[in-house]
Amino acid sequence: MTFQLLCFYVFATAATLAALGVITLRNPVHAVLCLVLTFFSTAAIWLLAEAEFLAVALVVVYVGAVMVLFLFVVMMLDINVDRMRAGFWKNLPVAAVVGTLIVLELAAVLWHQFGTVSASYAPSLPPDYSNTKALGRLIYTEYVYAFEIAAVILLVAMVAAIALTLRRRPGVKSQNPSEQVRVRREDRVRLVRMPAVKPAAPTAPQAEPNSESQKSPSPWRLTWCSARSCSRSASSASS
Amino acid sequence: MHADLMLVVWPLAKILAIVLPLVVTVAMYSYWERKVIGWMHVRMGPNKIGPWGLLQAFADVFKLLFKEIVVPTNADKPLFFLAPLLAVVPAFAAWAVIPFDQGVVLANLNIGLLYLLAMTSMGVYGIILAGWASNSRYALLGAMRSAAQVVSYEIAMGMALVCVLVLAGTLNLTDIVNAQAGSKGLLDWFWLPLLPMFVVYFVSGVAETNRAPFDVAEGESEIVAGFHVEYSGAAFAVFFLAEYANMILISFLASVMFLGGWLSPFPASWGVLGAGGWWWLFVKAFLFAFMYLWFRATFPRYRYDQIMRLGWKVFIPITIVWVLVAGCMKYFGWVTVGA
Repeated sequence: MTFQLLCFYVFATAATLAALGVITLRNPVHAVLCLVLTFFSTAAIWLLAEAEFLAVALVVVYVGAVMVLFLFVVMMLDINVDRMRAGFWKNLPVAAVVGTLIVLELAAVLWHQFGTVSASYAPSLPPDYSNTKALGRLIYTEYVYAFEIAAVILLVAMVAAIALTLRRRPGVKSQNPSEQVRVRREDRVRLVRMPAVKPAAPTAPQAEPNSESQKSPSPWRLTWCSARSCSRSASSASS
Repeated sequence: MHADLMLVVWPLAKILAIVLPLVVTVAMYSYWERKVIGWMHVRMGPNKIGPWGLLQAFADVFKLLFKEIVVPTNADKPLFFLAPLLAVVPAFAAWAVIPFDQGVVLANLNIGLLYLLAMTSMGVYGIILAGWASNSRYALLGAMRSAAQVVSYEIAMGMALVCVLVLAGTLNLTDIVNAQAGSKGLLDWFWLPLLPMFVVYFVSGVAETNRAPFDVAEGESEIVAGFHVEYSGAAFAVFFLAEYANMILISFLASVMFLGGWLSPFPASWGVLGAGGWWWLFVKAFLFAFMYLWFRATFPRYRYDQIMRLGWKVFIPITIVWVLVAGCMKYFGWVTVGA
């Protein structure tokens, strides 16, 4: 047994066990982590098959981004595990039928291939062969239309998802940063000139100028107004 | 048999040659951080243990290692201990592809850049799981913030790196550095044609490592210590190690991608100064590492919605435009790539 084959069996076992864990573990967070492990082991197997771009892309996209968001959502859920498992036996027949169908369909496609694939199928590649470059060349020449259509479909899905979640709710105290940045001092602060308050009963007609200036309040008073009313008055003044 | 053994021993030795200095650097970096921030605050910083306080970091390490690890009663125990490991493993694994000098690299992958993106994007699992497994409100809040923030800034970071690879035409980090070589010294590096990306990359890197001013995941003043509030002793030390190793990693990556890695900033005709070498890479990385500390001492923490706005509404549009610009630069030959 070569080292490569040993690696394959280790990763394949890990992927299979982790995939089983996804559907058997009670805790949804553990299940998501098992799914992460499944993806990771699969990526390792792809690396063994010299598909290094796909392997790392799988880790970047699924492990690094999609599963993080999955975990994010699952962690927020307050799942009652017992209630979720209540319908297990009731749903089992349907699930079994669907599962068997999937297995049969896959088998119909793949059955003949299993026996015939051998190491000689894999083309021997030069050591400086770049999987990434080859894939890029194919995608952007031969399959460029399919690639662009896939991109547009994804874009449509993205726009739809954003449009679905974007709704104006009244009474939300959100802030508009551009409005915050654009604000000027005149909108927020008004300087009002006030007469200095005379001392009520001066014992000495003139106190020392030093203490006088300390005692009497500053002739300038700050008055604060809310940004909204100020900007309204400012805009009405300008118009 | 002998050859097989060497196949294992030799990479292991190389890994140790990277990891051990890295761990010591993390220790000294934390000392340097406290010293620099101390000076910026007009304080002394640590100065009691060892000459100029140099042994402070090691004293802290031993203190942490000998402390008891307290597990919260309702914590998910396996995940509680798995989380620090998941944080530290990608932080160290990413170092495998960093080229320190021409040919001085542990693994000269031709998908080095993608490998880096994969590794840096996996570090967030440690933080999320730490937050969830602790079964604590503050920890969970920190984990939520961190997950959203890291996923957002990863996109900007990845797009900035796409610009680099468009210009360099390769995913191999050694080739990316070589693509920045030229007769004009530092004017040939990618920071000049990709100046906005350079800024976006480093700022995203700061956000990705959850450092000030983007450290809402820890947010001492709001959520105590965020995701690692329940961790003590060695488990906390591992998180600390992962965070600082990531900061140093981002510093090195910014140097490799935009500041020409080990290349000298001076023209090659300047003799010794013009010759490239690992010392240049270390000087550049030190500058970025210092900027991390400078930011921390200077900027107040971002508000959370501002962080999200900066990531999604400012950085990502800029990067998308600049990918187009970089494509034009390459197509029309506005920049010379390689010597």
